[in-house]
Amino acid sequence: MLSRTADCLFWLGRYTERAANVARGLSVTLRMASLSSELGAELDAWRSLLVASGCAPGFDAKHAETTQENVVDFLVRDPDNLSGIIPCFAAARHNARTVRTALTVDMWGALNDTWNQIRAAEFQGEKLPGFLEWVRERVLLFNGAAQDTMLRGEPWLFVQLGTALERADNTARLLDVKHDLLGPGSQGTVAYGQWQAILQSVSALRAYHWVYRDRLEAKRIAELLILRPELPRSLVACFGRVLEVLERIAAGQGGRRGECHRLAGELHARLAYGRIGDILEGGLHAFLTDMIGRTARLGAEIEAFYIRP
Amino acid sequence: MRAFDEMRQGPEGPVRGAYAEVAAWLARTPAHELEAKRAEAELLFRRIGITFAVYGEGGDPERLIPFDIIPRILGRGEWERLSAGLAQRVRALNAFLADCYGPQEMLKAGRIPARLVTGNELFRPEMLGFTPPGGVYTHIAGIDLVRTGPDEFYVLEDNARTPSGVSYMLENREAMLRLFPKLVARHRLLPVNRYPEDLLATLKAAAPERAGPDPTVVVLTPGSFNSAYYEHCFLADEMGVEVVEGADLFVENEVVFMRTTAGPRRVDVIYRRIDDDFLDPLAFRPDSMLGVPGLMAAYRAGNVALCNAPGCGIADDKAVYPYVPEMIRFYLGEEPKLANVPTYLCEREEDRAYVLAHLDELVVKLAQGSGGYGMMIGPHATAAERAEFAARIRARPADYIAQPTLALSTVPTLCASGIAPRHVDLRPFVLSTKDEVRIVPGGLTRVALREGSLVVNSSQGGGTKDTWVLESDPGQGGVAC
Repeated sequence: MLSRTADCLFWLGRYTERAANVARGLSVTLRMASLSSELGAELDAWRSLLVASGCAPGFDAKHAETTQENVVDFLVRDPDNLSGIIPCFAAARHNARTVRTALTVDMWGALNDTWNQIRAAEFQGEKLPGFLEWVRERVLLFNGAAQDTMLRGEPWLFVQLGTALERADNTARLLDVKHDLLGPGSQGTVAYGQWQAILQSVSALRAYHWVYRDRLEAKRIAELLILRPELPRSLVACFGRVLEVLERIAAGQGGRRGECHRLAGELHARLAYGRIGDILEGGLHAFLTDMIGRTARLGAEIEAFYIRP
Repeated sequence: MRAFDEMRQGPEGPVRGAYAEVAAWLARTPAHELEAKRAEAELLFRRIGITFAVYGEGGDPERLIPFDIIPRILGRGEWERLSAGLAQRVRALNAFLADCYGPQEMLKAGRIPARLVTGNELFRPEMLGFTPPGGVYTHIAGIDLVRTGPDEFYVLEDNARTPSGVSYMLENREAMLRLFPKLVARHRLLPVNRYPEDLLATLKAAAPERAGPDPTVVVLTPGSFNSAYYEHCFLADEMGVEVVEGADLFVENEVVFMRTTAGPRRVDVIYRRIDDDFLDPLAFRPDSMLGVPGLMAAYRAGNVALCNAPGCGIADDKAVYPYVPEMIRFYLGEEPKLANVPTYLCEREEDRAYVLAHLDELVVKLAQGSGGYGMMIGPHATAAERAEFAARIRARPADYIAQPTLALSTVPTLCASGIAPRHVDLRPFVLSTKDEVRIVPGGLTRVALREGSLVVNSSQGGGTKDTWVLESDPGQGGVAC
């Protein structure tokens, strides 16, 4: 496959996943903000969403005040924010159009219809919950179309690679912004609400109960989201998927491998054989910062090996 | 000026045989049903993403070329005559190109002025003394035809470089099959869907000999901002080959490679949809970001084929066009089967005098323009516009040609006010290898949607129609409806 095609497909996977992740983040923040009892606490929720998504510096450059409306506008519409929902769809559609022939009609249709509708969509105030739900559904539709209709060749693998890597990055960032709530000794009703929110944002609240059959606890939440392979958005599951995909690409090319394969293997092994006690002991924040850095390095190594040799 | 309508003469006149079924269908289908189908067609095209990009004019850059749901129909006999004329014409164009970049016999014989050829800015001296594999230059040509009467067809212009529009020909047929399966089934149509296969065979036949039986073919596009990008992808997809941009290719030791996830892969044939000027910054425009440095050297070394060959512009230049009938006589020893539109070259003194005196009757065009830009239709122009063109012609006579304003034939078209006649042209696509010429029956019918307009170009608000060639000639005589 052309390197440029691989580039477009990899980022197509990343952008669509990012759009859904921003929508998830917004949904949960909206919920937390409306539940918060203390005056001003809801603004903290919006603030921490900006930090989690890595969008705080860009936001502060444009807005003096952190309000719900400002944050929503920045994370949904603002063309200057390349991680916003609409800019992500714009970039995803641009990539899809560039490599139109590598996609199936259903994948293109899912994206193109989304793009045709999203430009006129209303998303402020009362419209926000419905809009965010719709965004998540559109990405599920796109992922389903890819899953159901794409030939299992390199194009498919590069989309999967982008999706899995972006998802890993999102889970790590989400945990990191709440790391103090998951540390030892954290409890109380405020913390409980926050824990629920973290789990909801990765669609894992029910999963928690199925896995642990017990009340919420900081250590278990960290374990579920980092080390449990059953949860499709846990770090270990995401890196397992990255490694599996990279190995399948290598197998299709007669075993040609590079630094990205080694790094993915190392990252996955660390998680697959890691223990939550050790991670918490060393400090959750330090661990997650390291993971976010390594995820970025892995992305760069993948590009260096397959896309821009 | 009354135009020839391809379905019927006058609202109560007899229907021509080929249109019998369609006329009956139009007569019995209520207007709102046709309108609903038209809306459905638009949704279909928008959904597939068949858009035509127009940048720098404001508005949505991704525009749909309006599709008209009423087909344009040719009988088998009409098509046979046209296709024989098209094959003849393209054979002559290829012979002319081989001659211009070779022995230049037609020039030496004084049958065409040398300055129109070697002095033409589209002439590529880089092509002198080099023969492409098989001696073919324009592998894919689009010949624009217009009609003024039952048997009067004219060639309006030749497109020997990178003609576009063939994807619309194919998608229009698909759309008709989806929207009107019953209507299509009541006709026996010659199929168009072999085109991608024929194109691939044509490209493979152009490969350098050393490439073997299964050469690697790619489509080279300027990128997703190009107006015809959809078509580049569509054709690549239909042929099962890669669509590449300049940056995807590189040249090493005069061999062309593409960058793939599994490392470099050798390329044998490039169906290039970028202009000569941008092909290779080392050979042509040094500021080109679209091309591939070293490509011309690889081409001249015989390591890669370019389709079409560089330098084909001298064959489709509007100032050279009046000499095409002469080319047919000179190279093939035959009389032209398809007529030219009489053309005045403003650089000839007597032609210029005639043009300036008859500006209100003539169409004036730039000799090297395309897409309907830089054009004036005398009978529709204001006095001020005519004065402006007169001044331009006097200032740069060699840049302009003029032709009589033809009463282009019309075909019924669904407009806001209902069904009305609109002017059409036809662009068939002609594929050439050293052994044969292939033409898919029909081509792209373009229609001027504004009442009375003669400009069919999509960049000027033109639309398209599906073009049907019937498997057999219909019975003569009209059908009363």
